[in-house]
Amino acid sequence: MPAVKTDNRGLRLVSRYAALSLVAVVFIFPLLFMVMSSLKPSAQLLLDTKSLRAFLPVGDLSLANYSDAFARAPIGVFVFNSVLVTGVTVLLCLFVCSLAAFAFVFIEWSGKAVVFSILLATLIIPYETIFIPLLLMASQLPWIGGDGFELGWLNTYRVQIVPFIADALSIFLFVQFFKDLPKELIEASRVEGASWWTIYRRVVMPLSGPVIATAAILKFLFMYNQYLWPLMVVQDESIRPVMVGLGYFTDQLNVPWGEVMAYLTIITVPVLGFYLSLQRVFISSVASTGVKG
Amino acid sequence: MSSKLTRANRAGWLMAFPGVALMTVFIIVPFFLAFAFSLTNQRLASPYATEYVGLKNYTDLLGLAVFTLEPERDDRGAIRRDEAGEIEYPRLRKFTRNNPDYPHLQGKREWFSWQSGDRRTVVLASDVVFMRALVNTLTFVLVVAPVQAGLALGLALLINQKLRGINVFRTIYFMPVVVSIVVVSLLWQFIYSPGDGLLNNVLGWLSFGTFRGVDWLGNPDTALPSIMAMSIWQGVGFHMVIWLAGLQNISPTLYEAGEIEGASKWQTFRFITWPGLRNTAVLILIVITMQAFALFAQIDVMTNGGPLDSTQVLVFQAVERGYGKQDISGGSTISVILFVIVLTISLIQRFLTRER
Repeated sequence: MPAVKTDNRGLRLVSRYAALSLVAVVFIFPLLFMVMSSLKPSAQLLLDTKSLRAFLPVGDLSLANYSDAFARAPIGVFVFNSVLVTGVTVLLCLFVCSLAAFAFVFIEWSGKAVVFSILLATLIIPYETIFIPLLLMASQLPWIGGDGFELGWLNTYRVQIVPFIADALSIFLFVQFFKDLPKELIEASRVEGASWWTIYRRVVMPLSGPVIATAAILKFLFMYNQYLWPLMVVQDESIRPVMVGLGYFTDQLNVPWGEVMAYLTIITVPVLGFYLSLQRVFISSVASTGVKG
Repeated sequence: MSSKLTRANRAGWLMAFPGVALMTVFIIVPFFLAFAFSLTNQRLASPYATEYVGLKNYTDLLGLAVFTLEPERDDRGAIRRDEAGEIEYPRLRKFTRNNPDYPHLQGKREWFSWQSGDRRTVVLASDVVFMRALVNTLTFVLVVAPVQAGLALGLALLINQKLRGINVFRTIYFMPVVVSIVVVSLLWQFIYSPGDGLLNNVLGWLSFGTFRGVDWLGNPDTALPSIMAMSIWQGVGFHMVIWLAGLQNISPTLYEAGEIEGASKWQTFRFITWPGLRNTAVLILIVITMQAFALFAQIDVMTNGGPLDSTQVLVFQAVERGYGKQDISGGSTISVILFVIVLTISLIQRFLTRER
């Protein structure tokens, strides 16, 4: 009987959606809680954890936590620093890594194979294992800037930016992408007498939108969410990024939870919004780290 | 073999140079410096010259000794017992502090011990906190890597259905990945709070009030598992997406063939899906292992290694020494040990999952 059959299928469909939704709740509840709590006074916030009210916009709602948070810490400065450091690093990374990948894929030069395999081997080195020696290096590296020659990189923007411009994964992503571009295109431009730089700028990069997005998103997530490195090398409040700025709220004797939730919302929701508007690109970016050559 | 059109040493070097130079200075050089510093007494800033100390840093961290304590006996040779009836043993301190008869025990402290008959066997370590950090880190990796990889595969299979609106679910499952682990740690610290914390309340409702509240992060037995659960929650979406990419790379004709042969769901998974995911599996295990070993922010935000060192981990120890105590050599030594473990484990994983 067809009627029973459709019923059965309907039931299966409902149970599938039920399972999917249940899992979704597990992933979404802390974030929902964060946003809702940021609108509630600390006392109510703590009481609301006793019931489902914790996840609902109910009670005495206001933006008071936000104004208190701004009064307590220079949040604007932290956000500016994070945006500056992340933005500059992403841009420089895209340029430097795509340029190197271009040289690895399209040009023949002596030593290429050796250099490339050494760079690839660094994929196995977790940043956490080099941060301690890097800390010592950063305290002694020279720099020529506006104030002339100086020693030491601690407490600067450059110490948060320069070490992270080039990395094996970004170069590797560009190499993978460039390999699939039609070689004839490059050969033809060479025959016409175009320089390598012109080919990079005029032929290859305009075709590289997808891989640029991938590399940019991965670098953005890594840089914006960095914690350990800025914790060690940045003591000066005026150049501190958002994640380290959190200490302003949590190093208190009585943690002002309402303000903490407001601060977490401020530093998280823009990223989530960015993610939600570009979710396909975000997800395919992460997926592409799994596609090995 | 290369045509004149593509051979250009100068151009090639020039274009590769910025990236190669930056990676050399900021990744390769510090990597080798870690090895070099681990053989010295290098400090972040010191008026004294740095000296070569050989393997001292390693023995200071890894030194172990096993020592058996005989019970204390009275004049007649009977075993002495205290008021509670427990056997009395000589103080360990008598052997580990300036005792010329036991030079190998000098400065070591008790890590753990067990009873066999009248005797008590004690394992002593030069650095008990480091040993705990080592064991905790290995435990974390051994639990998190397979559980997270397995759950991620489950989610990937769940999300790899043709249903209307499936993208919404995929988007939600992936959401924690874009949130900083620092933010996640703080949120979960709140969720894990003792007494009336959110998790305790939820478990209370689900068990109709029979569940007694737990101080999740304040209890040495639950602190590390709590951090594991949270880390899996945050990271599982990342690996779900990688599995998903692997799943979608499997040719649909294989599934069609399976359907014609009348394969069951399990047979389809066992003989079509799983073999097709082999390379993905190797990659995911290596990536999760590397990420799990790097565990730091969760500890720094939530527990600071406590309670009773139950959440001490290697990176936290390396930072505490290298940055906190400005002992670059000590921190570097832990970094080297960490790297050697990561390398060994990924080589073993690669070997075990190699193409046969």
